[in-house]
Amino acid sequence: MRWKKLLKVAVRSIMKNRMRSLLTSLGIIIGVAAVIVMVAVGQGSQARIESQINALGANMIIVFPARSFHGGVRGSAGSFNRMTLDDAEKIAEEATMISAVSPVVRSGGQVIGGDNNWNTSIEGVQPSYLQIRDWDLASGEFFTDRDVRERAKVAVLGKTVADSLFPGQDPVGAKIRVRNTPFEVIGILAEKGQNAMGQNQDDIIMAPSTTVLYRLKGRENIDMIVASAASADWMSAAQEELTELLREAHGIQEGEDDDFIIRNQAEIIEAASETSRIMTLLLGSIAGVSLIVGGIGIMNIMLVSVTERTREIGIRLAIGARGSDVLAQFLTEAVVLSLVGGLVGILVAGGATFILNEFTEIVAVINPLIVFLAVAFSGGVGVFFGFYPARKAAALNPIDALHYE
Amino acid sequence: MSEVISMQQITRDYRMGDVVVRALRGIDLTVASGEFLAIMGASGSGKSTLMNIVGCLDQPTSGQYRLDGIDVNALTRNEYADIRNGKIGFVFQGYNLLPRTTALENVELPLVYDRGNRIAKPRQRAIDALALVGLEDRLHHEPSQLSGGQQQRVAIARALVNQPTMILADEPTGNLDTRATIDVLSVFQELNEQGITVLLVTHEPENAHYAKRIVQLRDGLIVRDQPVTNRRNARRDLAALPTENEEADLSEAAAGKDGR
Repeated sequence: MRWKKLLKVAVRSIMKNRMRSLLTSLGIIIGVAAVIVMVAVGQGSQARIESQINALGANMIIVFPARSFHGGVRGSAGSFNRMTLDDAEKIAEEATMISAVSPVVRSGGQVIGGDNNWNTSIEGVQPSYLQIRDWDLASGEFFTDRDVRERAKVAVLGKTVADSLFPGQDPVGAKIRVRNTPFEVIGILAEKGQNAMGQNQDDIIMAPSTTVLYRLKGRENIDMIVASAASADWMSAAQEELTELLREAHGIQEGEDDDFIIRNQAEIIEAASETSRIMTLLLGSIAGVSLIVGGIGIMNIMLVSVTERTREIGIRLAIGARGSDVLAQFLTEAVVLSLVGGLVGILVAGGATFILNEFTEIVAVINPLIVFLAVAFSGGVGVFFGFYPARKAAALNPIDALHYE
Repeated sequence: MSEVISMQQITRDYRMGDVVVRALRGIDLTVASGEFLAIMGASGSGKSTLMNIVGCLDQPTSGQYRLDGIDVNALTRNEYADIRNGKIGFVFQGYNLLPRTTALENVELPLVYDRGNRIAKPRQRAIDALALVGLEDRLHHEPSQLSGGQQQRVAIARALVNQPTMILADEPTGNLDTRATIDVLSVFQELNEQGITVLLVTHEPENAHYAKRIVQLRDGLIVRDQPVTNRRNARRDLAALPTENEEADLSEAAAGKDGR
């Protein structure tokens, strides 16, 4: 009942100064809208980065060789490489939470095909690699397990490589040479575009892992193993299983460190979206500053209002209002001003994100939590910045206030 | 009859820098229920200070003050506020109505702070109070739409809406012309006839003669306290005044000589 009365009094005095109230709220409206839109834009770009990274492949787990550590000297990453094709095979045979696994052997160099040459990277993989990376073929076919066993000299070209070596032609069936080793092109990969780091993922040649390892590199060790967890929920369990299997394969005793590093998709996403998260935070805080400036606007107007209505306060005090009544009245007014500003700000933000999404390249995703926070914060701004003027009003001496001109 | 005001040796000093101004130097005053008291004095005589203390807007430097049997010497700010709300109705010289607020809402104002909910139906009570001062057809007019006399009537309605023990009127006719002055005084006389205690501060001896008792202040002391012998009746005086039409005729006739 008392709150109803207070609210009524507050709304009435706000409505008496429509223009002023509107302008005062405008600070909060803009502040709240800015916070919501800025965070929405930040989170939109974050979501976009995440979806790009997801395009790397479903539930992907990556195993790298660890860096060496001998006698206190640390080697570079991969300097202690004991990972072999057998490791990948063992995982394929024994792991229960892994749906697909493939070794990756990296090489690269000048590739000659048709009348052109091209410098690109070559990845030696197994057929399951496509599934792990969530990648499709544009034409032709991928190599088979049999090709892997036979170290067949077949290759699948990425879109960029195909276009560069065989512009305007279908390269399937053509011959290319990688460092004097001839390969037959049997397929073309679908276009995948840039990854989150801006690298062109289509600038690649894929060949059987064994072929690349023994024919191009002449080494025993592979560069990494990629695997797909059977389910997103099993990521950590799958990682543990991989760790166990590899420790067993490498004969690592209890208490000894792993000689490999396991990373999953989530960790990579986290690292990549950290940047955009910081950007979101930055944008949000700048917008937050405007919210505080809006709050100062409210304080300013409330101070003016208290001075202007000194007589009214005197009358109210004389006829029996307690200091707390006057405090509550002005505080309610400030909170109503800022809360209404906050709510209108949400509408403005809704409109702005709609326009951004519909008519520009920018993707904006409104976060309900931020909406809630912005409104709560604007209410808090009302209380915080309304308190000083309200207390000033409540502390007035009724006699002085009555005779104030 | 019970005592509404009982004051013993009330003093009030104001400190202005190094100078102490002794506004009240020892007031003894007793007012019984149902009285109509006029407090007179030149400006600087301390009558406004006395009024503020009587109205619990200000507290005495020393002395004893009992209001309606309650010792009001050392109360908190909130307790004074509640006393003002429950026991006193103020009427000011400048009306002090809230601008851009209807007569009814102005009159309702004290009931907003009626903590004990003494008044059961605030809206109806406010309408009744306005009817009592003859403004039942002006409920939704704002102060700017009312004449000075009407505004002061709204203020009187506001003063009596909370059924106070007494009404304090500080120079209520100071801004009014003769007709409106007598008009407002007639309202006070009517209210007093209904048993409401009225304290009227005025510096016009004429106005004081509508009261039942005159208290004269000078330099912070009561120099005269006596009943009104030749009491005037505001309603009769009002009837005796020339009507507005006659006034208009008179002023037209006088226009040549008197510039007003």
